[in-house]
Amino acid sequence: MPKAMRASGMKKCIGCFTCMLMCSAYNQQNHSISKSAIKVATRGGMSSGFQATVCLACKGSRACAEACPSGALVSRRGGGVILKKDLCIGCRKCQTACIANAVNFDEETHLPIICRHCGVCTRYCPHSCLVMEDSDD
Amino acid sequence: MINENFIRVLHIDLTSERVHIYKREDLNDYLGGVGVAAKLLEEYMRPELPPLAPEQPIVLAIGAASTIFPVITKTTAMFISPLTGELGESYAGGRLALTMFHAGYDAVLITGRAKNPSYISVREMLAEIKDARAFWGMNADGVGQYIRMREAFSGKRSILRIGPAGENLCSFASVCVDTYRHFGRLGLGAVFGSKNLKALQIAGDRSIPIPDFKKYGSVYSELYKTVTSTEIMSKYHDLGTPVNVVVLNEGGGLPVENLNAASTDNIEELSGNTFAKKHLVRKVACTGCPVGCIHIGQFRREFDHGYEYEAVSVSYDYELIFALGTFLGIKNSDGVLELIEAVEELGLDAMSCGVVLGWATEALKKGIISEDMTIVPLDFGSLDNYLEAARYLAYAENEFYADLAKGVKHASLKYGGYDFGMQIAGNEMPGYHTGYGALTGAAVGARHSHLCNAGYSFDQSKPFDIEALVDYLYAEEVERCLLNSLTICLFARKVYDRDRIMKVLDCVGKPMTNEELDRAALRIFKTKLRIKQKLGFKLGNVKLPKRFFQTPSMTGQLKEETAAAVIAAFEKRCEQLLAAD
Repeated sequence: MPKAMRASGMKKCIGCFTCMLMCSAYNQQNHSISKSAIKVATRGGMSSGFQATVCLACKGSRACAEACPSGALVSRRGGGVILKKDLCIGCRKCQTACIANAVNFDEETHLPIICRHCGVCTRYCPHSCLVMEDSDD
Repeated sequence: MINENFIRVLHIDLTSERVHIYKREDLNDYLGGVGVAAKLLEEYMRPELPPLAPEQPIVLAIGAASTIFPVITKTTAMFISPLTGELGESYAGGRLALTMFHAGYDAVLITGRAKNPSYISVREMLAEIKDARAFWGMNADGVGQYIRMREAFSGKRSILRIGPAGENLCSFASVCVDTYRHFGRLGLGAVFGSKNLKALQIAGDRSIPIPDFKKYGSVYSELYKTVTSTEIMSKYHDLGTPVNVVVLNEGGGLPVENLNAASTDNIEELSGNTFAKKHLVRKVACTGCPVGCIHIGQFRREFDHGYEYEAVSVSYDYELIFALGTFLGIKNSDGVLELIEAVEELGLDAMSCGVVLGWATEALKKGIISEDMTIVPLDFGSLDNYLEAARYLAYAENEFYADLAKGVKHASLKYGGYDFGMQIAGNEMPGYHTGYGALTGAAVGARHSHLCNAGYSFDQSKPFDIEALVDYLYAEEVERCLLNSLTICLFARKVYDRDRIMKVLDCVGKPMTNEELDRAALRIFKTKLRIKQKLGFKLGNVKLPKRFFQTPSMTGQLKEETAAAVIAAFEKRCEQLLAAD
């Protein structure tokens, strides 16, 4: 069964940011916060609790892929999309199309940062806020 | 700096409003954190001037592996302490280390005094001094909210700020870091205040390529596994440090009512279990720490008639329950949380605040001082009076509170009652009356903290013997120079053994052998000793209050001569080390 990453337990989040550091390290070989596909932030100050902004693994028609003029985003089994870097023209249309604000843009590579649902963040989430779930297409 | 052969220092001078960046290759010998901060303090401090003179420096420093390995989360602050007049050193977690790392600065050095109340905003390639006149007088939480609103970089920044206590130059004013963490001890808040510096935001968003991901990934994942799946760290996450309340009380090492006793019958109301059951609403972590030891407790306060309530959240720890709880005879958890909140808002160090008020309470009882001076009738257990007294301290309400705000040593020398003013070398005591280890450890420790060398741990695990204790304190003091130069949280001291430290340093492009690490630790320790010497500190002059030798400790009655012998033996070792060059 294909899987997708879900930020379903964010009430348990302690704000350690390990998910972001590991996403950037594994997927972009960088020590970085901004290159991470998952964004954890407070709702406004440390006393407000944490929320995650990350790909919701849309099924059926994907707004980001629809908006892509060059065919660089193709459907992924289990939800979400796969980025074909060679085809991307860096137009950022996927970024505006995503109503979950889950697409970030890498100003160094001129490519969107697209969650691969690889599960690295879930392996390094100490409180299981982030989990891989079965996701039937 | 990671993967570079230099230390990058950002120097902001508030008087001239000039900013400089230094690339210092020579500072590599000092690793980072306390090593780099101590070296810069030694270079920039002006021993001939008072601690709060505008010329005196503040140094903040991180290490080359900060944030990118688990639990390497701290930032070192060094300054001249207005409380002790000598070496000031304090640590805070939160997001500060992450933001300095990503802003690209190993150290931030602040000198001078701003013309008007100001705050500093730092990010990669930019440091600005900005107007904070309207923020002057605000509590630490309030100014944090305004700066969050005014400045960009949400989620990638850290905000340091002071409350009224820092503005009014209280010698033990703290600096609040990201709401729940602090540079608590030794009065960094007053140094900020003396510079007209209300707050400092550091934001960083730099990405640093990882040259050998395979190596980094394998070292990281082994450390992550150790930290999250073994017993070493779990106690800090579960009940947290308050688990010690019952342990210390049962053993007879918990200071109660100005150390008139070292245990109490009614401890259940202040136990880690009670706090967890009644108040714990969240746990939070410093960035880069998968443990999450910050325990947030909530209490409900009626702020007006007609069922008007607010929910108030504060972070609690063992030391706060001791200082603002048992030491002041506060017997319930709601009362402790309310005092913690007051201390947070005012920007005081919780430990010093509790200890000075404990002395004032006993001094009033004994008739050494009068109620005219204390304004409210201080009495052990009287929460409302202590809430008011904390305010008077932060605002230096009258001559007496202005004296008390200089620390219990100053106040007890002036008014009397030195023997029950519970300070060690000028710093108010920590929550451990466990024996010679805790007492002499804090005296000989460079910053007079229980965390200099963990003497309390010796008391709880080893039989007493002068030579064995001196060996232990000296070895810990030196090894912690190494841990603190890498800014590893001391809760993870057992995780980061030498082998793992070497692996981490190898990953950040700074490979070192065990012998090189030994030499670096000693180099840093010697720098600290030199600073103390230049600032006129002499261990031989430390006079411990008699109360330490009257109230039996966890390991029995302590003798003044024995404590003096430990201190003298330690002093001799330090002299030998300094003379060895």
